[in-house]
Amino acid sequence: MAKGTWVVVDQRDGKIRKVTFELLSAAQSYGDEVTAVLFGKGVEGLAAELGKFGADKVLVADDDVFANYNTGAYVAQMAAMIKEYDPAVILFGHTSMGKDFAARLAQKLEVGMATDCVAAEISGGKGVFTRAIYAGKVLAKVAIEDTPIMATIRAGVMEVAESGKAGEVVKAAVAATAADVYQNVKEFMPTVSSRPELTEAEVVVSGGRGLKGPEGVKVIEELADLLGAAIGGSRASIDSGWLGHEYQVGQTGKVVNPNLYIAAGISGAIQHLAGMSSSKFIAAINTDPEAPIFSVTDFGVVGDLFKVIPVVTAELKK
Amino acid sequence: MKIAVCVKQTFDTEAKIVLKDGKISGDGINLIINPYDEVAVEEALQIKQKQGGEVVVICAGGDRAVEAIRQALAMGADRGIHIKVSDADADEYARAVMLAEVLKEQAADLILCGHVAADDGSSQVPTRVAEIMGIPHANVVTKLDFADGKAVCTREVDGGMEVTEVALPAIVTCQVSLNEPRYPSMKGIMQAKKKPVANVDPVKVDSKAKIIELALPAAKQAGKKIEGEPEDTGAQLAAWLLNEVKVEVK
Ligand SMILES: Cc1cc2nc3c(=O)[nH]c(=O)nc-3n(C[C@H](O)[C@H](O)[C@H](O)COP(=O)(O)OP(=O)(O)OC[C@H]3O[C@@H](n4cnc5c(N)ncnc54)[C@H](O)[C@@H]3O)c2cc1C
Repeated sequence: MAKGTWVVVDQRDGKIRKVTFELLSAAQSYGDEVTAVLFGKGVEGLAAELGKFGADKVLVADDDVFANYNTGAYVAQMAAMIKEYDPAVILFGHTSMGKDFAARLAQKLEVGMATDCVAAEISGGKGVFTRAIYAGKVLAKVAIEDTPIMATIRAGVMEVAESGKAGEVVKAAVAATAADVYQNVKEFMPTVSSRPELTEAEVVVSGGRGLKGPEGVKVIEELADLLGAAIGGSRASIDSGWLGHEYQVGQTGKVVNPNLYIAAGISGAIQHLAGMSSSKFIAAINTDPEAPIFSVTDFGVVGDLFKVIPVVTAELKK
Repeated sequence: MKIAVCVKQTFDTEAKIVLKDGKISGDGINLIINPYDEVAVEEALQIKQKQGGEVVVICAGGDRAVEAIRQALAMGADRGIHIKVSDADADEYARAVMLAEVLKEQAADLILCGHVAADDGSSQVPTRVAEIMGIPHANVVTKLDFADGKAVCTREVDGGMEVTEVALPAIVTCQVSLNEPRYPSMKGIMQAKKKPVANVDPVKVDSKAKIIELALPAAKQAGKKIEGEPEDTGAQLAAWLLNEVKVEVK
């Protein structure tokens, strides 16, 4: 009988993404042993941190071939470990690594899978996952009854809680070799920013066409830095060249789920709402009282962002 | 280079969704090529312009899916293959099996897809197809070059960009920033009518993931909206951030 919940750790250079802790925390309620599955080179030291957030065990695949994520070696290793340990559930964050890894693995195992889930109920060999499809316009419940039950979960939808588990290290036999690698990663160019990453940030301050130019970007940057926030934008501000493509929030950009989203000079087109409307608190500043963004805001200010935001910034500094 | 492009027909992104008998109703909905797949079609056409070759468009879908194929042909693709799927609920596994079957026969050097579909947002099918076919894949590509029979892919990954090389044949999934899809010209639209579209029946395969319930999300209650002098509204917004949201000021 398959048993245990596996959470695949998403880390780069020893820095674990928050969604990993969210999944470990959520897995506590599934009533089964929770194992964090950790790939890398020299990463055993991360086990304590994983234990803190709920890993009973940390299954470590440590080898040069796992130093950086590559689909081939990770899938080959994962398939071997699944054969050996027979987990009931495998969860990934819906991150660039998670969706790539999970899709190829699910096909290798020939199982169904629910991706980008916003809620999960797992019990008795069955998973029922909620997915926000049609850019969040419909909620679909998807049942998975395969073994293992596989899913990727959107960042930010589950609460992080410390549970102080042992995080006992179990070293996996290395089953993958360089021959399994089919993607040759030539270069990684990290985004250099003093601000948090858009999809991980607690607070996002976004600007749209109403920013009118680089001057407007400065206005939202000042507010963002005061709040320790990430910067985001509508497609209009990206297409205008004021912000890079990686900042786009929405249907064809990133889906964000922060505690607070501030939309400045953004009209609230359906494609933009798709990327941010599940944020916990939403505020907007817009000159147009009829702007659709106000239909999703908790706090809306009708006004000129160039006049309102500096007042907000000054007040917060007090 | 022989390039196969998988396109999915999706609802217009503006479409308002209505549920009828517990299913999503397509009545009166404008259908488009999934925006990411449109980028894949454009990329294929640009590669063909530079290197020569053939662009084959493959679409699995109901009767109306042929419109998506015609649009891609009007953009400049050479021929189409319509996999006639009546079951809209085919899951990602089933769709991957159906597409892989056709793609194997086509033996293209490069398979281009969008990295995600705007409707189901799954991001599974292309990667699954690559696994079935036993070929490499590279996801979420923003720049695509070729060198020594390999695809050199600049990919968007969490925390930055990565340059990855994969040997051909391979599956590459496109991000919207890769290019700006062209509009079909009048001439293109006329020519598309004469281009061949083959109809094929899908292999029989059962879905594994099952949709058991569809619901519309509860409409969010619009909250407070204030107007007035910036000194006042700005101060009120700041107070709300501090007292309700409880932001930390750095
Ligand atoms: C297939 C497809 C995919 C798309 N994907 C995305 C996506 O992922 N993300 C996205 O954002 N969009 C996307 N779009 C585009 C989307 O439809 C809108 O065009 C876009 O979101 C508009 O951006 P905006 O709100 O900044 O600009 P506008 O709609 O022009 O709105 C600007 C707003 O700024 C306000 N304003 C002007 N001056 C000021 C000022 N001084 N102070 C305060 N307010 C001011 C105006 O009242 C207005 O409401 C997509 C479109 C399509 C067709």
